[in-house]
Amino acid sequence: MEEVPQGCPGTGSAQAGRGASCQGCPNQRLCASGAGAAPDPAIEEIKEKMKTVKHKILVLSGKGGVGKSTFSAHLAHGLAEDENTQVALLDIDICGPSIPKIMGLEGEQVHQSGSGWSPVFVEDNLGVMSVGFLLSSPDDAVIWRGPKKNGMIKQFLRDVDWGEVDYLIVDTPPGTSDEHLSAVQYLSAAHIDGAVIITTPQEVSLQDVRKEINFCHKVKLPIIGVVENMSVFICPKCKKETQIFPPTTGGAEVMCQDLKIPLLGKVPLDPHIGIQEFCGHHPPKEEHFLSS
Amino acid sequence: MEAAVEPGNLAGVRHIILVLSGKGGVGKSTISTELALALRHAGKKEQSISLMSVGFLLESPDEAVVWRGPKKNALIKQFVADVAWGQLDYLVVDTPPGTSDEHMAAVEALRPYSPLGALVVTTPQAVSVGDVRRELTFCRKTGLQVVGVVENMSGFVCPHCAECTNVFSRGGGEVLASLAGVPFLGSVPLDPELTRSLEEGQDFIRDFPKSPAFPALFSIAQKVMSEAPARLS
Repeated sequence: MEEVPQGCPGTGSAQAGRGASCQGCPNQRLCASGAGAAPDPAIEEIKEKMKTVKHKILVLSGKGGVGKSTFSAHLAHGLAEDENTQVALLDIDICGPSIPKIMGLEGEQVHQSGSGWSPVFVEDNLGVMSVGFLLSSPDDAVIWRGPKKNGMIKQFLRDVDWGEVDYLIVDTPPGTSDEHLSAVQYLSAAHIDGAVIITTPQEVSLQDVRKEINFCHKVKLPIIGVVENMSVFICPKCKKETQIFPPTTGGAEVMCQDLKIPLLGKVPLDPHIGIQEFCGHHPPKEEHFLSS
Repeated sequence: MEAAVEPGNLAGVRHIILVLSGKGGVGKSTISTELALALRHAGKKEQSISLMSVGFLLESPDEAVVWRGPKKNALIKQFVADVAWGQLDYLVVDTPPGTSDEHMAAVEALRPYSPLGALVVTTPQAVSVGDVRRELTFCRKTGLQVVGVVENMSGFVCPHCAECTNVFSRGGGEVLASLAGVPFLGSVPLDPELTRSLEEGQDFIRDFPKSPAFPALFSIAQKVMSEAPARLS
């Protein structure tokens, strides 16, 4: 098992499953029982399930509020413009599931069939899954510790009947913790194409994004590239540009040059995105990302 | 890793404020910082600000902390029990987004010290309100008194033509406060000077009193101070 929590004593060690770092790890019980050499059976089950999914892309950011969900939704819509392309959007932000609202699917519920959970379809070729669909009220809080969140992510990957999918886009919460480790771990046998990392231009965001990039290196997750969101604000009245989030250290461009990672593009701040999220449309300027 | 039990370490702290949001990137750290600075300047005497963060324990700023929940909980307990906080009028606790390990650990660790309560931050748009409603439920379920809701990134005044644009939509903060029956403490507009000031580690409250964000931030601090119950000595 390569994707391990920091400080993992090793699955073969006498401390396997018993150390402080083992708390919350999905394999803890296995390791403590002495069966540590055997990986979680769910990993193989998920590998089988993912055989019908051609491409898997994780959308990450160390920083919150930079536009991961917005980007994931627009990317999904953009890919699904070709009605012959089957697209799936999985929201693994368990505490703050934004995807249902952004996709205009609030209030939808998940149905179970003989072949597993059915995603909620916003188009014939675009299916969505989120914990948001399992909550009965918009005020319901998901107050779960790591292991329960991990269990939910395992179910999303193993038990959802995605069918034949060309692109599975996985939207994540900010950070480098349980959800991220679990997603990488459970998909470890299924081959993830890579990660798209979202940032805004200012250093306080880039600082967190560099940590996310380090996380990707640690867990051997390829990085497709970085997207700089909220790059510049264009006043709707006078059309002049202002940098609301100034790139005090050169923005994503300098960071990508330093770390030799592709900069996939820059997206300006557009007040209309807030409105279009309700309608589930995407602005034409997102199209140029799709060729990456 | 057992946290040392030191009941005395928070005994000198008069008020504790948790800054929360269900949503990432709404400005919890910004509001925490500016609130701390504003409380300092509004106080009767200039005092220093004490600060603790896992950032100070990292060897390099790019180092990723790839920990699962229990290890994060243990560090939070240590921050509460093992840091010599001394005499403080206010302890402002900045949190990550969500309603998970860190939040439960912070509430559990601080509960014996009668925290003042929670300041909940949102931005105006519905996708933020959607997440922050869940945070308010968390507060209710854990018995945290909500001091009020702050709406951040409320509009941007174009420096070229003075047109105010609702970059992140509008109205969310007041809707949220009204839904939850808690006070609405104010709206803080977008200000690139504020962003730059944070990036450069400056004292925004001292250096930019003419900024459009200043009156809102100062007023929020005043309201927090007037909510603080007197503590029996």
